[in-house]
Amino acid sequence: MTLARHVAAALVVAAILVLVSIQLSSYRDYQMAEVAAYVVAVAGLTVLIGLSGQISIGHGAFMAIGGYASALVLLHLGWPLEAVLAVGAVVAALAGAVFGVAAARLRGPYLAGATLMLAVALPTIANQYPKQFGGDQGLSVSITTPAFLGATFPPTRWLAWVTCAAALIALILLANLSRSRVGRSWRAVRDDEVAAALSGLNVARLQILAFVVSAACAGLGGALLAVVTGIVAPGAYTLTLSIALLTAAVLGGLGTLPGALWGSLVLVLVPTYLTNVGTSRGLSSAASSSVPIAAYGVILILVMLAFPAGIQGGLRRFFGPATATPLTALFRRTPGSEHQEEGPS
Amino acid sequence: MQEFLEFTLGGIAVGMIYAAIALSLVLIWRGTRVLNYSQGGMAMFTTYVAWVVIRDTGSYWAGFAVALAAGLVLGALLEVTVVRPTMGKGPLNSVIVTIGLLILLEGVAGIIYGGQYRSFPASFSIKGLKVGSVALGISTADLFTAAAVLAAALALFLVFEYTSVGLRLRATAFAPGVTRLLGVRIGRVLTLGWALAGLFGALAGVLVTPSTFLYPNSMDSIFVLGFTAAVIGGLDSPVGGVIGGVLLGVVLSYAGGYLGSNLVLVYGLAALALVLMIRPSGLFSSAASRRV
Repeated sequence: MTLARHVAAALVVAAILVLVSIQLSSYRDYQMAEVAAYVVAVAGLTVLIGLSGQISIGHGAFMAIGGYASALVLLHLGWPLEAVLAVGAVVAALAGAVFGVAAARLRGPYLAGATLMLAVALPTIANQYPKQFGGDQGLSVSITTPAFLGATFPPTRWLAWVTCAAALIALILLANLSRSRVGRSWRAVRDDEVAAALSGLNVARLQILAFVVSAACAGLGGALLAVVTGIVAPGAYTLTLSIALLTAAVLGGLGTLPGALWGSLVLVLVPTYLTNVGTSRGLSSAASSSVPIAAYGVILILVMLAFPAGIQGGLRRFFGPATATPLTALFRRTPGSEHQEEGPS
Repeated sequence: MQEFLEFTLGGIAVGMIYAAIALSLVLIWRGTRVLNYSQGGMAMFTTYVAWVVIRDTGSYWAGFAVALAAGLVLGALLEVTVVRPTMGKGPLNSVIVTIGLLILLEGVAGIIYGGQYRSFPASFSIKGLKVGSVALGISTADLFTAAAVLAAALALFLVFEYTSVGLRLRATAFAPGVTRLLGVRIGRVLTLGWALAGLFGALAGVLVTPSTFLYPNSMDSIFVLGFTAAVIGGLDSPVGGVIGGVLLGVVLSYAGGYLGSNLVLVYGLAALALVLMIRPSGLFSSAASRRV
């Protein structure tokens, strides 16, 4: 029933998106494609943090894995686009499984630090093997617009369609997952690990599964972004990307899929705007490109201190039914965080 | 053998930097159970302050002193304004806020100073020292780095063990509730802890930047390795942090020296993964009470 409702909603949205994309200029179509690619990655991250209660500051690394995997498959095997994107998601999911097994024993700051290390360390591999990964220059990813659309069809519109379709499919799957037994189990683990374990849930397996799902989304997002921007290069997967994803998830509202959309819109539209503001105020181009970075910092701090439920939480408060927000559970003090209990004994 | 000696001594010198970062993380973690992800950003920022002072006054030591003072002030300031309100709200909250601080500092540094790489002077000569005809793989500047971090760590130890301020710091880390009941103003103690952490971070920044150049992200990789050192040391133990830093420095120096230096961060990741797999809360940590 839920699945049918989600599919119906997605079809309506898809129809609207197609109509909108036809109206938009090719630059706006490009931005639409970018937003869709980020939505997939941010949705994966928001499920990981908001539902399973594990944090990752290194999701850019999984985007890099998905991006490079799909670029290599496209370059060397020439597979069709669907297969290329699927490869990106699957390879990143495998990486997520490996990392998740290691991470399932880690909590809070340890996990955050390990993911941070992953984000900083992984791009250096591309420079070490320039033959395979193209070094600093990266690899180019070029796809062609299918012939049946005609020769004059704008390529960016085709990109927007592809990415939006992929994003909708990913969101349907995530929405169902979060309402399924698995999603409920994640919430149980997030709210109280001990109680969840006592109720018979396999905490470690659930946490690894969350990492796999989340990494698959990040990998698909990375593959989509590679197709949209036409390139994969280590410079695109800096720590700043990982923190930008975190900012989008936090700003949209952790654990909410619509929040991933709001966050991604901000991620694509606001940096361009802020950079322009910086330039018009007389900053050099290098300085103005730092303005959005500072803005991410302000957003992270302000949202966490003042509106931990994010944009979607605010929308729900005004328009939605009166329900307890799940975030009160996420941000209350867990028994393990008491100073006294962890102090040296 | 010659190479081995060079790698060992060079590794210890770099390891002292990781140790300084690790100490700054341990100082905050013990008191507040917050892991300060902005430590690298703070160190980068104070190093920029030092860079400006050196450029304007021409004196390296003036810049050095100002950087340390700026670290103290910045640490205290951030604790009072941004970190204090997150206390008691759960671990994810403070992680995200300090990450926000990190990227805010990096963005602000980029706005003020631009993104270009700037060279930063070393304390002393960076020419390799020799004993007879044997190159040691370290320079006078490296010796100063090791001496400065060791002296700071020793001073910290003395303060912790033999002064009433140190007693308050330890008491607050051990049992904040009881300490408050005994009349200690916990807030001030925590601010002091952050200020001291800022000082250690600033020290690490000034000491390491001559070999990395100065740019808004210059401390990212140093920070993650310092974090690794702190985790190896168990996050709770200052001595463990120093040992972890030196251990990591030496291991990475061998790995970089014998296997190629491009992948040092990947080896660091492997070291972190290995340590966390064996002991999820670090090698030297005291018994933790987290369940499941």
